[in-house]
Amino acid sequence: MTTKQPLSHLDWLEAEAIHILREVAGQCSNPVLLFSGGKDSLCILRLAEKAFRPGRFPFPLLHIDTGHNYLEVVNFRDQRAAELGERLIVRSVEDSIKRGTVVLKSADEPRNKHQSVTLLEAIEEFGFDCCIGGARRDEEKARAKERIMSFRDEFGQWDPKNQRPELWNLYNARVHKGENIRAFPISNWTEMDVWQYIEREKLELPSIYFAHQRDVVMRNGSIFPVNVPLSDGSLINQPKAAEEVINMQVRFRTVGDITCTAPVISDADDVSKIVIETATTTITERGATRLDDQTSEASMEQRKKEGYF
Amino acid sequence: MTTQHNDSLLRFMTCGSVDDGKSTLIGRLLYDTKTILTDTLSNIERTSSKRGMDAVDLSLLTDGLQAEREQGITIDVAYRYFSTGTRKYIIADAPGHEQYTRNMVTAASTANLAIILIDARRGVLTQTRRHSYLAHLVGLQHIVVAVNKMDLVDYDQATYEKIKADYLAFATEIGLAQARDIKFIPMSALNGDMLVDRLDNLDWYQGETLLEILEQVPAAHSDPAEQFRFPVQFVCRPHDSANPELHDFRGFMGRVESGEIAVGDAVTVLPNGYQSKVKAIQIGNDQLQSAQTEQSITLLLEDEIDTSRGDMIVKTAEVIEPVKQIEAHVCWLSETPLSPARTYVVRHTSRESKAKIGAIQYKVDVNTLEQQSTADLKMNDIARVSFKLAQPLMVDSYDKNRATGAFIVIDESTNNTVGAGMIV
Repeated sequence: MTTKQPLSHLDWLEAEAIHILREVAGQCSNPVLLFSGGKDSLCILRLAEKAFRPGRFPFPLLHIDTGHNYLEVVNFRDQRAAELGERLIVRSVEDSIKRGTVVLKSADEPRNKHQSVTLLEAIEEFGFDCCIGGARRDEEKARAKERIMSFRDEFGQWDPKNQRPELWNLYNARVHKGENIRAFPISNWTEMDVWQYIEREKLELPSIYFAHQRDVVMRNGSIFPVNVPLSDGSLINQPKAAEEVINMQVRFRTVGDITCTAPVISDADDVSKIVIETATTTITERGATRLDDQTSEASMEQRKKEGYF
Repeated sequence: MTTQHNDSLLRFMTCGSVDDGKSTLIGRLLYDTKTILTDTLSNIERTSSKRGMDAVDLSLLTDGLQAEREQGITIDVAYRYFSTGTRKYIIADAPGHEQYTRNMVTAASTANLAIILIDARRGVLTQTRRHSYLAHLVGLQHIVVAVNKMDLVDYDQATYEKIKADYLAFATEIGLAQARDIKFIPMSALNGDMLVDRLDNLDWYQGETLLEILEQVPAAHSDPAEQFRFPVQFVCRPHDSANPELHDFRGFMGRVESGEIAVGDAVTVLPNGYQSKVKAIQIGNDQLQSAQTEQSITLLLEDEIDTSRGDMIVKTAEVIEPVKQIEAHVCWLSETPLSPARTYVVRHTSRESKAKIGAIQYKVDVNTLEQQSTADLKMNDIARVSFKLAQPLMVDSYDKNRATGAFIVIDESTNNTVGAGMIV
């Protein structure tokens, strides 16, 4: 018998993620895959293809739309779901605001944290017992201790002290009615792994991940995108009177709510250049780009306890 | 700068308490492999100075949750990542105190290598014995004994040699030295001696640096003699598809837990014993001629066989007998003690069975390794337990096969994972 080479790190990560997706399908009666059109969830779609084709996905796709998403990303989301022939459910924070379940302090405040409410409403509406997400343990320190199958109580709350021990690759996704599991197939991936996988699998991405010209201002030491069009034709992120609008070549390392996701200066206009840029960057993914994570040392942990991903 | 096209992946764990410099060791590995980026570093610089420290405290890199910071302890296993361009590494960082035996077992379950930290000033301690026993029990093939804080003993070779001899004597006594690959290394995680860089304080030590050891240890499952085990996770039958070619498609989806399989191999589906041959192997739409351990694949068989999640496909020449009774080393994970009168659920590969406790033969004192008789099991206890099963399982001994020798115990009333078992 010939001894084979060990699997490359990407092959190993891919195989682990496929195994996790199939455990969700095997153990849960009504799972759903959270799909935003962002790079991590696009990787998960490819993994789901490898896990379940030629069959259909054993779960629909769900996007929680903050109403503050880049048009490029929303359009890409719809296009990709259609190409795959899978069912896409969209539930919006806007509707939660209309229902009065989300109350904003100001009209243009970041809506990332409000996604939790809309997500929990969607979970209740459809009776989902598991939500598959693209969170990674390297993203943030509150995530470093996250389980691959993370238990949430009836209120969607994550209790770091009450998580199930997770041993070998024996996942426990059992829940009682009303409780649910958040499953993270790419927990063990880093930002670099994601980009290398995108490169290897030749995955298409929304255009804002690549270097492009954009109007920005400097706000609190970060690059802040301004005058961004929404789907209703209105513009969000108006510059303040004293701010000087600059047209800059930038790209986004993460895509999220327009009001709290900052781009970075970059001339990386294709995936291989982004891989090189990721290898040489000196700033972490969220440090550079997620303005809402910088609010307090424990802000991600707090949001997770409230039902956030 | 490399773009890190790593050709393999290694999972390892670190055993020790904060006092041994475990967090500093991990921080140093991340820092010296350039995994730490500027904003993270400036964050911990700020925190270090806020806490009145002169130098940057690398141990803050592994500082976890708010709850832990408030209590100044680590309560859970954390996972960290770095890569060198030749390998990607996943570190399971487990707290080392006695009450966290369950965390160490959890961290060890997915690791191939353990770094056991010893403080050079204190030598082999009770906790060293505990960590070594657990690493042995959970089947780690490679042990690196890191004699840390050498800077505090003037980099004295005799101190190191004494600790090495003490450890070897103890490791021989528990059978660890005979069964596992053990390496010793003197170091100072604080200064960085012998982690990534050699530096020149330990010039009497000619062996490998820590990173050199990590780079050269074989990745998991390099033993080609392992038998093929394929638990079915999911059955794909896209008969509702518009494509008539798929009408009869029946794919058995799962991960090769051990061994290899090739198109044409004769296989048997357990527990029913149906026989067939492998018609095709796929990953997504890619056709493979063969597949190896840890690959997630779809198997197509020549014959139409009624197979579902929880069945196991093996080679016909290597059929194993399904069993309804198992004996195992169990680590109890739950604050609610094991109650011998209750019925539990055992999850083994993709299969579940109700289980009753047959007997608890003994429990092991993880500090003295003495066997004691007991009527129940409390959190962090390790015991030898027999189970009676409602459904047959296809098992190997854990020594032979970590994937088919392991199981978890679930309490159906809470759905919590309450025990971890390793079949004897």
